[in-house]
Amino acid sequence: MTAAVFFGCAFIAFGPALALYIFTIATDPLRIIFLIVGKANDGLKTINPDEPAPSMRLLAYVSGLGFGIMSGVFSFVNTLSDSLGPGTVGIHGDSPYFFLNSAFMTQVIILLHMFWGIIFFDGCEKKNWYPLLAVILTHLLVSALTFLNPQYEVSLVSAYMITVLTGIRAFFVAGGSRRSLKRYLLCQDKNFLLYSQRSR
Amino acid sequence: MLTFMASDSEEDACNERTSLMSAESPVPRSCQEGRQGPTDGEDAAQWGSQGREEVQEEDPDRYVCSGVPGRLPGLEEELTLKYGAKHVIMLFVPVTLCMVVVVATIKSVRFYTEKNGQLIYTPFTEDTPSVGQRLLNSVLNTLIMLSVIVVMTIFLVVLYKYRCYKFIHGWLIMSSLMLLFLFTYIYLGEVLKTYNVAMDYPTLFLVVWNFGAVGMVCIHWKGPLVLQQAYLIMISALMALVFIKYLPEWSAWVILGAISVYDLMAVLCPKGPLRMLVETAQERNEPIFPALIYSSAMVWTVGMAKPDPSSQGALQLPYDPEMEEDSCDSLGEPSYPEVLEHPLPGSPGEELEEEEERGVKLGLGDFIFYSVLVGKAAATGSGDWNTTLACFVAILIGLAWAHTPVSSGLRLQGWHVPSATHTPCHSEPRVSQGSGGDPITLSPSSGIGRLLAVFKKALPALPISIAFGLIFYFSTDNLVRPFMDTLASHQLHI
Repeated sequence: MTAAVFFGCAFIAFGPALALYIFTIATDPLRIIFLIVGKANDGLKTINPDEPAPSMRLLAYVSGLGFGIMSGVFSFVNTLSDSLGPGTVGIHGDSPYFFLNSAFMTQVIILLHMFWGIIFFDGCEKKNWYPLLAVILTHLLVSALTFLNPQYEVSLVSAYMITVLTGIRAFFVAGGSRRSLKRYLLCQDKNFLLYSQRSR
Repeated sequence: MLTFMASDSEEDACNERTSLMSAESPVPRSCQEGRQGPTDGEDAAQWGSQGREEVQEEDPDRYVCSGVPGRLPGLEEELTLKYGAKHVIMLFVPVTLCMVVVVATIKSVRFYTEKNGQLIYTPFTEDTPSVGQRLLNSVLNTLIMLSVIVVMTIFLVVLYKYRCYKFIHGWLIMSSLMLLFLFTYIYLGEVLKTYNVAMDYPTLFLVVWNFGAVGMVCIHWKGPLVLQQAYLIMISALMALVFIKYLPEWSAWVILGAISVYDLMAVLCPKGPLRMLVETAQERNEPIFPALIYSSAMVWTVGMAKPDPSSQGALQLPYDPEMEEDSCDSLGEPSYPEVLEHPLPGSPGEELEEEEERGVKLGLGDFIFYSVLVGKAAATGSGDWNTTLACFVAILIGLAWAHTPVSSGLRLQGWHVPSATHTPCHSEPRVSQGSGGDPITLSPSSGIGRLLAVFKKALPALPISIAFGLIFYFSTDNLVRPFMDTLASHQLHI
């Protein structure tokens, strides 16, 4: 398989996660630590007065992303390294879209983990058990759908639909609203503009 | 690289902080000079910059020494915490880079995974018919290796005690010469062979000569910080590759475990060689071995009440090689001698000059053993990436955990290795740990890494990472790998 397949699949699977990492996490050392260690112990929570303490939402986002990246990497990296070697995909009658499907599925799983992390943490904070149940059930659902592979249409399309819905739910749970989204899209969000100025 | 740059810019941005913080550092340092830890520059440093403030709080005498009345402990602690997180990240990058180089080489260059003999320190072969015999041989190999390390360390302590500085210095220079030229030549040769690139001898000579000469200058004298860091990372990677090649499978794992335990003991036991080294240095009020230390920042000298223009400026510290790795084998890995130049004008005026050390130090032994662990995981026959990544994450977790600034309840104690940077007014050359032509001189610091303070005790940090790494390696290789392989082949995602 060609280098094009390797790079293409690698970026499909890990592109969004990498972008999220570069733009939101790499700038702050504390967040990198949360990502890797996966939790905040008391020492890390006490921050200097210059910066606001990392909120629970930030922690939820970062740890969700961390879990997603680890899960995606673990499930896909061996396949990726095989794609660099010689071979013909589907020579025995399997689907020739093995790599593409794996890549898209991995991407979806990473995004889902991130959204689930946000919703789950929020549910725990507010002692609201329904979101927790929903997260667990959707996770089981998405995994069960992959049992239908290699009928990619069903599993992949439904996984993407679930991702979009979960993403919208996570957006509202994290405090977004239609108004804030509109302000952001029209570049009228002063806080965001100031923030992005500052980080430069 | 980004991290390094960031730290530089942060230093620029934080000048006020710098001057505030520096107010305390020097005096305490002189008070605590004795407490400097040796090789553990690694430890020290890391610890030093974080811990110093806290240590000062702890000890009333020290606090008095600090000469900065009115400095709030809380503020110090917050600064410590802030810099603590940053320091952890500043360590993640070089450790990651070293591991990436080692893993990339292992996965592509066949030479380092071929079995081509063993070191004389591991004489027992592992090609035995029975499992029990193999296990016995690996344990014996470990015992021999470890005893050589202990002997070398004690030899080092003796040399230091009897002030044989020149001997140590010369030894370190020989060692680094061999590493920078011979090992690089071999490495380059193998890489060229792997990629089937033709190179003529004159070009090769030019390249290796330049690389080695600049390396010697950067490591033993002065050079741009980034270049020094890069050389140290490359040297650690080369050393780790040699270990990976020449240590047989099971022996390598047992040795990693044993080194961690040894480090723990050498740091904590009253008669441990490392401890004795520290005490000797304390008695003499000298900075301890420059050793092989990777430093991520420069030292600034900021004058306070009496500005002394001649003393201001940033100093680039040459890296002190640490002996740790000397351990090498037949090739005689040398430790790099460290000579620190002391740019500070010595003197009474010193009191007013504060040095602020920003950044963190880590001994090269740490880099090497982390890379050996990850490299061995990558070299296993199954070609599995999950195991390699799991070990990588385990090591980073251990690093982060060991460097997390402690909350107010915990105290930092233990050794304070001042940054290899200064020791005002010492005219003697720094003593380097010598590994000399001898094979292994594993500086205790190699393992020591940084010191972590937990509940009023100092603990070496290497064992934590290695322990996590070993646990993750065995569990991933035996439990997770077959499972993930099956999942991936059927495209089931969990």
